[in-house]
Amino acid sequence: MDQFTLNLIVVGATFALYIGIAIWARAGSTAEFYAAGRGVNPIMNGMATGADWMSAASFISMAGIIALAPAGGYTQSAFLMGWTGGYVLLALLLAPYLRKFGKFTVPEFIGDRFYSGAARLVAVICLIVISVTYVIGQMRGVGVTFSRFLEVSTDMGLYIGAAIVFAYAVLGGMKGITYTQVAQYVVLIVAYTIPAIFISLNLTGAFLPQLGLIGGYAPQGGDISMLQKLDQVVTELGFTAYTADTTNMFNMVLFTMSLMIGTAGLPHVIIRFFTVPKVADARSSAGWALVFIALLYTVAPAVGSMARLNLTTTFWPNAVAGNALDGDAIALADIESKPELSWINTWKETGLLQYEDLNGDGKIQYYNDKNEAVAAIATERGWTGNEVTKIDNDIMVLANPEIASLPGWVIALVAAGGLAAALSTAAGLLLAISSAISHDLIKGSINPNISEKGELLAARISMAAAIVVATYLGLNPPGFAAQVVALAFGLAAATIFPALMMGIFSKRINKEGAIAGMLAGLVFTAVYIFLYLGWFFIPGTNVYENTAANHFFGISPLSIGTVGAVVNFGVAYVISSMTKEPPHEVVELVESIRIPKGAGAATGH
Amino acid sequence: MADKSSSHAYWQANVRIILISLAIWFICSFGMGIILRPALKGISVGGADLGFWMAQNGSIYVFLVLIFAYAARMNKLDREHGVEE
Repeated sequence: MDQFTLNLIVVGATFALYIGIAIWARAGSTAEFYAAGRGVNPIMNGMATGADWMSAASFISMAGIIALAPAGGYTQSAFLMGWTGGYVLLALLLAPYLRKFGKFTVPEFIGDRFYSGAARLVAVICLIVISVTYVIGQMRGVGVTFSRFLEVSTDMGLYIGAAIVFAYAVLGGMKGITYTQVAQYVVLIVAYTIPAIFISLNLTGAFLPQLGLIGGYAPQGGDISMLQKLDQVVTELGFTAYTADTTNMFNMVLFTMSLMIGTAGLPHVIIRFFTVPKVADARSSAGWALVFIALLYTVAPAVGSMARLNLTTTFWPNAVAGNALDGDAIALADIESKPELSWINTWKETGLLQYEDLNGDGKIQYYNDKNEAVAAIATERGWTGNEVTKIDNDIMVLANPEIASLPGWVIALVAAGGLAAALSTAAGLLLAISSAISHDLIKGSINPNISEKGELLAARISMAAAIVVATYLGLNPPGFAAQVVALAFGLAAATIFPALMMGIFSKRINKEGAIAGMLAGLVFTAVYIFLYLGWFFIPGTNVYENTAANHFFGISPLSIGTVGAVVNFGVAYVISSMTKEPPHEVVELVESIRIPKGAGAATGH
Repeated sequence: MADKSSSHAYWQANVRIILISLAIWFICSFGMGIILRPALKGISVGGADLGFWMAQNGSIYVFLVLIFAYAARMNKLDREHGVEE
């Protein structure tokens, strides 16, 4: 059976499963549509949260972002700590109290706690900007994965993906999404770990990739550790060592913190904790979510570092047992003829990997031509530049099964895993958007007297409309889509997280303080990002060039969310202490969400 | 619902547990993984230094233990104060 048929069968089978779940888990009430009837087992919810959280970027790109970072893999540890450490904040500071509050959306809490329709509206706007930004990337991810593995155009892939999400999200709402996410989690984690285990066995002899990361390098009998070998090989070729220290510690701290509090402030993650039966379940469910996320996140640096080592020794065969430059670079004739190297041309066709024999010597030299010491050797040997002209981050995960010569079904599984990661995150985001529209805007302000049936219909129509808009934006992505991700995290960190935290931990923060704080955090963060990336991301309108030398105190636009959050806390505190205290019933609300007892009763409100 | 002074004591105890947990959270990630990495260079973990390993793997394990320990401690506290569901 050829690879294409195999991909089609595996991806088709997973899609049939998702549709089956959609038919089984139809939503009959708004409580089911928004919060899966609050009957989800905490472990199941943890799995669903894992799939909800881990996007196409986590699955396909993260290992490569770490492995190929120009400043070394260590500097990208911010993603590993940031995107996991946020769950500690969720479990300790937000999830149990918001579950006790017992309503359906994040803006609803902000509106009730700060007794203000305006505060709710500001939260809805932040939620929609954050979630729409994210969903564009997911829709692109679906299209791109389809086009790589299933020989259809990116646009066609996007239509198919949108149709699948439409089926289970419109029918089942949160209930359908939850149970498909559980299935999608299983697909994506199996697809991620099987190639990782094989590459770890090959390179280090360790079954667990986490142990392989700190294991010995097997081809040299384990005398040298895998990480030392990697550092040695890449530095010999003029690249920065994988374990090299950061040159800007302050910025790395702020970036990690932005990712953590941004994670804790993302509405589509928070609402997952509304689906469990009890407050105690919300706490443990955050732990289970992190268990399932950690399964991928602790493997990612192993996959990245080992794939980088594998790739480098492929281009320098002598590096396997000795020094790269003591031997010749890979020969063009070998790439054409040897079956174990056929993956190089397979991925060259997709454009993810590109090489060119610049000096015409029949060999492909891969090295850092910007490094003076290596450039001197290059001139001596008649090389005219790095001949591997492009290595895309995504190749570290996507090409792994072929590099390790794994069977075809593993390759098919990686395709299904990439699609599962993108579809599950898209569905979670779409639910956050549609519930903000039907519950916060329609039921909350436009038509408060809408019936239960009417609201459920409105929720389904909002969901359908959100999918159509997301599909349109996926087909015609704004040129600034990539930069907006920085804005999404920065905004979640600077607006939603501080507002929720102060709403729970302070009885004194009032309406005036909360609104002023959110707006200050929003404007401060957005303006700092716009200064470097252009006003509203319009190219050429940036005030400063986006380079480290130009950043205030070395803080990059990616890291500014932390400062925005501090601004939010500060402004809210000062304005609140100058204006009058919140009314008595709001103080009672805060006291009641701090006590777990009675959360069940709020379910049927 | 429990009376006012009891619920106040419950909340104080909760905040104390949160602060201790967050101190550990900060030391193991920002501390050992980033700020203290140069100082911990001498301690090696399988071919790299402790700070590197904490940043890429170790801190995640600590986060896991922290959340489950917090959940267990709070379940006990809920029962002690009679506020469990």
